[in-house]
Amino acid sequence: MSVRTWLARHAQTLLGSLGRLAQQPVATGMTMAVIAIALALPLLLTVLLQNTRTATANWNQAFDISVYLDKNAARARAAALARQLRARPDVAAVKVVTAEEALALFRETSGFGTALDALTDNPLPDTLVVTPAVGASTPEATETLREAIATAPDVETAQIDTEWVKRLNGILDILHRVIELTGALLGLGVVLVVGNTIRLDILNRRSEIEVMKLVGATDGFARRPFLYSGVWYGLGGGFLALALVEAAVILLGKPVDRLAGLYGSPFHVRGLGAGLGLAVVGGAVGLAWLGSWLAATRHIRGIEPT
Amino acid sequence: MIRFDQVHKRYPNGREALAGLSFTIGDGEMTFLTGHSGAGKSSILKLIALIERPTRGQVFIGGQNLGSIKPRGIPQFRRQLGVVFQDHKLLHDRPISDNVGLPLIIAGVAAREIDKRVRAALDQVGLLGKERSLPLELSTGEQQRVGIARAVVGKPRLLIADEPTGNLDPDLALEIMQLFKRFNDVGVTVVIATHDVHLIERFGARRIALAEGRVAAPADATA
Repeated sequence: MSVRTWLARHAQTLLGSLGRLAQQPVATGMTMAVIAIALALPLLLTVLLQNTRTATANWNQAFDISVYLDKNAARARAAALARQLRARPDVAAVKVVTAEEALALFRETSGFGTALDALTDNPLPDTLVVTPAVGASTPEATETLREAIATAPDVETAQIDTEWVKRLNGILDILHRVIELTGALLGLGVVLVVGNTIRLDILNRRSEIEVMKLVGATDGFARRPFLYSGVWYGLGGGFLALALVEAAVILLGKPVDRLAGLYGSPFHVRGLGAGLGLAVVGGAVGLAWLGSWLAATRHIRGIEPT
Repeated sequence: MIRFDQVHKRYPNGREALAGLSFTIGDGEMTFLTGHSGAGKSSILKLIALIERPTRGQVFIGGQNLGSIKPRGIPQFRRQLGVVFQDHKLLHDRPISDNVGLPLIIAGVAAREIDKRVRAALDQVGLLGKERSLPLELSTGEQQRVGIARAVVGKPRLLIADEPTGNLDPDLALEIMQLFKRFNDVGVTVVIATHDVHLIERFGARRIALAEGRVAAPADATA
């Protein structure tokens, strides 16, 4: 067979299988919709994760440093240290929270009011909240500043308030793993859905396959139109999944912008982007092809003329 | 061209279709297989087309022992064979031209060549001009002729037919048989299974009468 004949034959089969799918628009649409929904779920989670990471990326910077003074330091020490720190170029602001203020705040918010009355002594130290200057808000610069403050006289400890960001990143890492797992399971689902659709298609066209084999068709020849059907299912399902995700991004855009506005942030929801979108369609085609290959190989082998 | 050597065929349900059958059909011969249903006519054709394998014994086609053909080689073998069925076995959602051209498409013949040979084959069975029709738009006799055109489009040296006139009235049946005779006249070996003894008496062809899986009468020519 010449290359040209071979190419022409494949193009013919490709279009032929598309025509066959178009003859049953409802059934074809349903299969594509199932694929699309299965793919859209992990994709939406991916969009959520990516946007959360983008929105919180700059939170790693601009941490305050909490400075706890020695309990035995003189009363004026806090104000003096604050003045000293404000003079540094890498410090934007220093807020003094005296031991009394801290106790009052704690009494208000903790609900241990009466229990605190039992104390004869205020157990809390004076505290300074140091905000690094914009130019010195990288994690490294903040750490340098913290070390400098920690060695100052009468300072008990100085710590950066990063715990909750670490926790947030931990949660995002778990979400990432959840996406990988759902993606794998739903990808398997796509393989099975397409496989089952192709299996039914093959059973419906059993007599046609028998006739083909009678006049000399190989299993590969009989299988080809079904593989192309699988490719079309994947292509349709993949694009439909992208459309679903984009629709969700558009729907979420307005309320998220409003929320971001309340925080004074210029943040916008971003979709999957062209690269990932292309990968999604490619992946959908690959999974659907795999499903149709498995089903067609298995079931066409079993059909023999009688 | 065809040699059956002590062929036994027992189906999984226990029915013994062929019981030590032996016969030879020469190159370019036209032969009728006759006998009651169940006598083994269809089994012979199925063994020739490698739809079934013998339980015992050997079948040779054109000098080749079919027992040596592995499953992978079956498609290639069938392409050298023309087969006609009682129920035509056409693809009803494809036009006549696609039905007739199917063996050539499968064999990977170039599109222009297919077109030419399909028209030639349709011309031979008197259906030129029906390329774009669907099978169900044609009469039963015409459908059978499409089936014959498909069988001969690949220019096989051996043409086998299982009750090709089974569903046709006598006039149409005669036409179909004459069609087979014309292919035989140009050198194609033709084997036809039929129970229509009256019809074949009009042809000076060899007849192999079968009964209970064996040759029942001398395999001589009946004029």
